[in-house]
Amino acid sequence: MKHLTDAASTMKVLSVIFAILFMAGCASTDTAEAPPEEPTGPTADEIAAEERKKAQMARMQALEDAVESAGNVVYFDFDKSTLTSATRRVLDAHIALLKENNDSVRLEGHTDERGTREYNMALGERRAKAVADYMAVNGIARYRLETVSYGEERPAMSGSNEAAWSKNRRVEIK
Amino acid sequence: MMRQLVFLLLLVATSARAELVIEITQGKDNPTSIAVVPFAWSGWGSAPEDVAGVISDDLERSGQFAPVKLANMLSLPTREADVYFRDWRTTDVEYLLIGRVAGDSTMTIEYELFDVFRQTKVLSGRETGPAEDLRMLAHRASDDVYQQLTGVRGAFATRILYVSVQQGYNAPSTYQLTVADADGARSEVIYESSEPILSPTWAPDGNTIAYVSFETTRPAVFLHDLTTGTREQLTNFTGLNGAPAFSPDGNSLALTLSKDGSPDIYVLDLRSRELTRVTRHYAIDTEPAWMPDGRSLLFTSDRGGRPQIYRVDIATGKTERVTFEGPWNARASLAADGRTMVMVQQESGQFRIAVQDLQVGRVQILTGTTLDESPSVAPNGSMLLYATKLGDRGILAAVSVDGGVKFRLPSRDGDVREPAWSPFLGDP
Repeated sequence: MKHLTDAASTMKVLSVIFAILFMAGCASTDTAEAPPEEPTGPTADEIAAEERKKAQMARMQALEDAVESAGNVVYFDFDKSTLTSATRRVLDAHIALLKENNDSVRLEGHTDERGTREYNMALGERRAKAVADYMAVNGIARYRLETVSYGEERPAMSGSNEAAWSKNRRVEIK
Repeated sequence: MMRQLVFLLLLVATSARAELVIEITQGKDNPTSIAVVPFAWSGWGSAPEDVAGVISDDLERSGQFAPVKLANMLSLPTREADVYFRDWRTTDVEYLLIGRVAGDSTMTIEYELFDVFRQTKVLSGRETGPAEDLRMLAHRASDDVYQQLTGVRGAFATRILYVSVQQGYNAPSTYQLTVADADGARSEVIYESSEPILSPTWAPDGNTIAYVSFETTRPAVFLHDLTTGTREQLTNFTGLNGAPAFSPDGNSLALTLSKDGSPDIYVLDLRSRELTRVTRHYAIDTEPAWMPDGRSLLFTSDRGGRPQIYRVDIATGKTERVTFEGPWNARASLAADGRTMVMVQQESGQFRIAVQDLQVGRVQILTGTTLDESPSVAPNGSMLLYATKLGDRGILAAVSVDGGVKFRLPSRDGDVREPAWSPFLGDP
């Protein structure tokens, strides 16, 4: 059905172009004043274009909704930078949207407070790069992906317990 | 037996500044008894500083001395002619320190140290300097007394750097880099930012420092001159710019960069600005620390799966593993003797400060709390400062390199972390 509609609309576009060219040709040779144009409603083609635009907007909205429900943060195990299947699902939502826009993303890697600060700075970078690599492999150009590590310097949640630590071992997609 | 002693240093209170107080939690079993008699003051008005109190607190904080309380002193001599050893022998005081402070814009401290049992003067000294450095002059007297009685150079007349964070409620956190005397007094915020500050470190000159600041929204290494306040951004590479460490001659800075892929150790010549890559490994290599000869570096690497300490020869790149005890060792630094290495060791989720003798390989765990990090050894190798948690708050603490003496330096507010002990300093 989609193909048929596309073919039909292509035909419509061509006929409109032909009509315009024809009228332009008339205007260049016709010295008499052109008859006043009658006010008309949107053409079928304009309606179709509008519908395509709406469909595209709906599609973008769906992608944005998916990103919103997936969230902007992915989490990691202690001293690990492995992407879990849950993490991949979150990233897939972002990738789907990034393929439809030209936005750049900043991937901020973080760790929990355990371990030394500079080692954690390196671990946070490793996490951010693991996310960047996954996005790049799935078709997002490298130049759109910026990684930065904050190590343990910017915890999302304070407290020296696993509940806080698990929220702090993360990459934020911004 | 632990001596449960708590005393507060009265510091100038200013708002929103991480002032440190000192709580001694563990001292030596048989500390040397010493009476530090209040010093005579000859000058205009009242004495600007309790010099004897500063010296007494220094000696007590070392854990090796038990100063006599003022109430237990039978006499208060300030000159040699007024000393009656009988007054001190009856209370089992081993040493007696008396002295005098005089001056206006320039201050002079004169003091004499006596061995009570032998009834002899063992040391007399004099310190002169600007009035605003009177506390530092007192610390210098402490250094001389400490050296006379222990045979080890004192490190009281030194300074410390630390980072503090005031967590904002519905507001950005404030990160502050502070310099203070080694006893926490005379603290001064030298740089403040809403972006993280970390890894402060001293150049051997005791005046230049380096640290990492995120003020550009990315990590960068900065040089900072403490006298002039001049700052210079030294690096701006893609990726990590961190873990600065001055070479023993002060001419180079080792640091961690990830511009070539993974974090590796580089050495930056501070005069030519030439950068040399030292390690080349896909694993994390970070936290470089210089060996005293300036030819090799200790560093943390997880190339074996978990972080361990390695040593690399800068010229040849030859690398060997240094730590074999414990599943997780990181952030080594070396005492001035070149063989005492301190580090963070993790086992069963407990992060503690450990010390390893590089010659015989023996490892000793010095601390008993669970989130200890950032050890920094005093220039005389006697004590080390580290960061730990007290409840949910970050505090500084100190432990002697033999594990026998402990004290804490909690701040009045905010989290304090990343202490860095200065080298020996020149004249104030």
